[in-house]
Amino acid sequence: MTLAADALRTTTHPAAHALASEGLNTHAGALPARRPGPTNSEPKAVRIAIITVALLFLGLFIALPLISVFYEAFKRGWLAYVAALVEPDALAAIRLTLLVAGISVVANVTFGLVAAWAIAKFEFPGKSLLITLIDLPFSVSPVVAGLVYVLLFGSQGLFAAYLQAWDIKIIFALPGIVLATLFVTFPFVARELIPLMQEQGTAEEEAAASLGASGLSIFFRVTLPNVKWALLYGVLLCNARAMGEFGAVSVVSGHIRGLTNTMPLHIEILYNEYQFVASFAVASLLALLALVTLIAKTLLEARLVEDAQ
Amino acid sequence: MSIDIVNVTKRFKTFTALDNVSLRIPGGQLVALLGPSGSGKTTLLRIIAGLDWPDGGEVRFDGQDALARSVRERNVGFVFQHYALFRHMSVFENVAFGLRVRKGADKLPDAAIREKVNQLLSLVQIDWLADRYPAQLSGGQRQRVALARALAISPRILLLDEPFGALDAKVRKELRRWLRNLHEELPVTSVLVTHDQEEALELADTVVVMGKGRIEQVGSPQEVYDTPATAFVHDFIGESLSLPARVADGALYVGARRTALDTQGLGEGPARLLARPHDVDFAEPGTAPVAGRVLAVRTFGPTTRADIVLPGTNGDVVVEAAVPVGARLAVGSEVGLVPRRYRVFPAA
Ligand SMILES: Nc1ncnc2c1ncn2[C@@H]1O[C@H](COP(=O)(O)OP(=O)(O)OP(=O)(O)O)[C@@H](O)[C@H]1O
Ligand SMILES: [Mg+2]
Repeated sequence: MTLAADALRTTTHPAAHALASEGLNTHAGALPARRPGPTNSEPKAVRIAIITVALLFLGLFIALPLISVFYEAFKRGWLAYVAALVEPDALAAIRLTLLVAGISVVANVTFGLVAAWAIAKFEFPGKSLLITLIDLPFSVSPVVAGLVYVLLFGSQGLFAAYLQAWDIKIIFALPGIVLATLFVTFPFVARELIPLMQEQGTAEEEAAASLGASGLSIFFRVTLPNVKWALLYGVLLCNARAMGEFGAVSVVSGHIRGLTNTMPLHIEILYNEYQFVASFAVASLLALLALVTLIAKTLLEARLVEDAQ
Repeated sequence: MSIDIVNVTKRFKTFTALDNVSLRIPGGQLVALLGPSGSGKTTLLRIIAGLDWPDGGEVRFDGQDALARSVRERNVGFVFQHYALFRHMSVFENVAFGLRVRKGADKLPDAAIREKVNQLLSLVQIDWLADRYPAQLSGGQRQRVALARALAISPRILLLDEPFGALDAKVRKELRRWLRNLHEELPVTSVLVTHDQEEALELADTVVVMGKGRIEQVGSPQEVYDTPATAFVHDFIGESLSLPARVADGALYVGARRTALDTQGLGEGPARLLARPHDVDFAEPGTAPVAGRVLAVRTFGPTTRADIVLPGTNGDVVVEAAVPVGARLAVGSEVGLVPRRYRVFPAA
């Protein structure tokens, strides 16, 4: 499992994201690169050595694990692969993962839009605190996040009495998994939107208002279309992370087979039971998701440049 | 539609951007707001439009309270300083926006919107750009889109914030004339903000000169130029030759020299003597009220100007004077200056 989850995390982690946007910048400034710059003055051998090291590194730590996931998954042929995926516990895990990711995406789009809109278009006290809070999940270990929810909603937790009285189950149930996933994914959409909205300012909204548009009209006709690609980009990252999240979900899920196991948890259980083919078959789905995300992300980046103009 | 601005004050935190401003704009006029950067022109325009609210005072359209109405209910066409076109919409959709967001009985059928937008686009002479996006337009073209978009809602009040700011002198002049004609044809009251005094003097029925959040003078372009109310206006409108002066025992002193110039009823104390460069004659240094040394002579087309250094009480002052046709001035020579027409104001 670790292989797949790590491969996935590399593509969705904020650091990777930062790298990606750096790549974007260098791309935008492609023109000056034609001039004889410092890189061209390096001796050829040094250049080749540097490129080789970079490629080797990429191959060793990213391509190779990815390939080995698929290799292991198909080791016993197609039939074993498909059998591992249609097995009831695996199907339940896939369903649960899709459900949790769906809820997270919807919730984060809503929250991200509202927060970015408030931060970018208005001045209010506590604004910088809100920005810091949005970044919190990036700096807290997911396991800690999961533990916090256990402390709050678990059977010994702060709200245990109320939850029991109302017969609400959060920990070891769907709500807990959703909460934990929401926590780790909530910066993705907001972080994409805030800088773009801040840069775009409020001029177009004011123009729309002076032309007689209502608040809702302004939002749907002006604000939203202006950030649509960034929003989609955020959704993509948020979705990939929601599906791949392991640590926080592992703490609150209780690992009940067919009930509270998401795909990453299911993969781990299979792996620990030495069912390698089944384990890697499910892992291959996550790896596939990572690849799709990566491609969609690349396609979107061109559009993002358009938005910013 | 007439606009009344009564004692309007606007503060940003501790900074007063508008200080008790009152102004009456009769319906159908084209008024120019003229003033240096940061004098509060945009702020006043935004308050008229309803994009900002004043901290005190009233705004009335045709006598009715406008502050009770939100920006979308005021039906004011606003052309923004930086265009603010909708970047993801084509030129056509930008202009159509104000018609598309209408609700209920005011809603126009699609064919009517199409017709009206096409009319507007040909009015501003950019019908051939209808399918382009704002990023694909030149500054002048964007300006026309912004104007057409504002006109689409058939506003009774049109507010233009430096509409020609980003354009070169030639296009500017052309658009200026065009705007003047347009204004004549439409039943609209317009307020135009500009940095450019030539633009204001040429276009407007009335010029409002603003400085530091206050209105310094309101008048016809001729009045503002010929009889400036304050030293600020004299300085800001047209070219000025400005000299530190002093009124003492009934006479006007320029530097240390007592002159025969009229004090224009000003009381004792520091003063400023202002004159237009072409209202200053050259004379023998000994007899003239002001004398100095020629620093440089510049000829540009039919006019020749000379920079002259005058020894002042607080350091030297350089002034610019118009050299009459045919006269020859040598750089470094001593000359005297006699202001033919001038104004004396108390020193600020
Ligand atoms: N939102 C704001 N917050 C704080 N200060 C502001 C704000 N808007 C304007 N000001 C200040 O109010 C003053 C007047 O601004 P305004 O934009 O009206 O000037 P202006 O006359 O339009 O200048 P320009 O010719 O440069 O456009 C300026 O000193 C500006 O810094
Ligand atoms: Mg301004």
